[in-house]
Amino acid sequence: MVTPNPEFAKEIAAAGGEMVKMCFQCGTCTAGCPSGRRTSYRVRKLMRMAQLGLKDEIIASDELWECSTCYTCVERCPRQVPIVDIVVALRNISVAEGHMRPQHKGTAKNFAKIGHTVKVDDKITALRGQIGLAEVPPTVLANEKAMADVSKILALTGFDKIVQE
Amino acid sequence: MAKYAFFLGCIAPLRYPGIEKSTREVCKALGVELVDLKDASCCPAPGVIRAFNKKTWLAAAARNLALAEKEGLEIVTICNGCYGSLFDAAYELAHEPELLEEVNKILAEIGMHYNGTTKVHHFAEVLHREVGVEKIKEKVTNPLSYQVAAFYGCHFLKPSNIKNIDDPEDPSILDELIEATGAKSMPRKQKVLCCGAGGGLKAAFGDVAKKFTETNLENMKESGAQYIIDVCPFCHLQFDGVQKELGYNIPVLHLSQLIGLSMGMTAEDLALSAHITPVTL
Ligand code: SF4
Ligand code: SF4
Repeated sequence: MVTPNPEFAKEIAAAGGEMVKMCFQCGTCTAGCPSGRRTSYRVRKLMRMAQLGLKDEIIASDELWECSTCYTCVERCPRQVPIVDIVVALRNISVAEGHMRPQHKGTAKNFAKIGHTVKVDDKITALRGQIGLAEVPPTVLANEKAMADVSKILALTGFDKIVQE
Repeated sequence: MAKYAFFLGCIAPLRYPGIEKSTREVCKALGVELVDLKDASCCPAPGVIRAFNKKTWLAAAARNLALAEKEGLEIVTICNGCYGSLFDAAYELAHEPELLEEVNKILAEIGMHYNGTTKVHHFAEVLHREVGVEKIKEKVTNPLSYQVAAFYGCHFLKPSNIKNIDDPEDPSILDELIEATGAKSMPRKQKVLCCGAGGGLKAAFGDVAKKFTETNLENMKESGAQYIIDVCPFCHLQFDGVQKELGYNIPVLHLSQLIGLSMGMTAEDLALSAHITPVTL
């Protein structure tokens, strides 16, 4: 049974996806969507489901995570619906409710640990030295205090909750 | 002389150091001064971190923007992801005072403040707009004769209403920069099709991402391209990493590496050994 949930519209708006109401379901977005051509994801349908407030169906779906955020749809939408912003808002709600892919959790943890989303690799560190770059890039990686600042931002914005098991 | 804060991001310094090295060399040769944006973190990545928690994304991006603001410098990035993240965050913070206020409450906890003034640029855009194709041509000492595929990626040009760099459906600025080195940019089908890696797709649904890449590779092969030239280390990683299993063998170079080559940089300096798809020059 599909149960529309009007409260969900407010949640989407709070997460930055208020403009979803502008969508008039023309389907231009789906027609040019490279993901839709290769998967069962249909961006027009997602916009409609969001308008109707089909929260449970949206936040637990794989399709929500099949958008590559390529912006093709945003460029072409005749109603200037900020589709990627809406996808992001829906993903934020999905993550807050515990629907996170394990691979994504890994990336999030790496960011929380070292301030970068890519791991440090010894071979690359050596290669950096060989070509005359600083072995440790001059980023948060080279300054503990800077990393402590990033960690504080993560804690203050609730990111630490996301990376917990 | 133009001067910018150089934002490294993650993939270039930690996977493809030759992209960082060639950017430094090319900018030096072209009279663009790069000052390291010290203490910066991940932009943070728009496809993952922003999708997980927008507040974290915006506050961490604002910290990076504030570091540049303190130096009085505009930012240059060599990655579409970093460019997309920092540009979007700077745009939101410049246009939404309440958001800026909220972010500053967080930054105050680490003794920082952001006034909302930092401008963010992409390396390719700086080369095209500020240096110009003619000046690059003058500096070429080793003209190239390759046929190549220009790969723009998505977040370099889009959303075009706020970026305004080139026509997102039929762009030409990367082709022009490539041709300044003597290489020929080959016309092909679906020139602006996404590589597939963005939006967290590579991590969560790698097989779907590969399907995007495969269509691109097929179109590139058909065009006669001998190299793929990108402006984003993440697109670079995607093309470089998945080709072999898809049965292709087209070496991948970042624009900075291509221009570096045309100015006489060596395979060692470009750190081509870090590439997965072998690059034979
Ligand atoms: S193109 Fe825009 S208006 Fe048309 S269905 Fe998609 S989001 Fe709705
Ligand atoms: S941004 Fe997402 S929904 Fe829009 S066309 Fe690209 S993959 Fe499809």
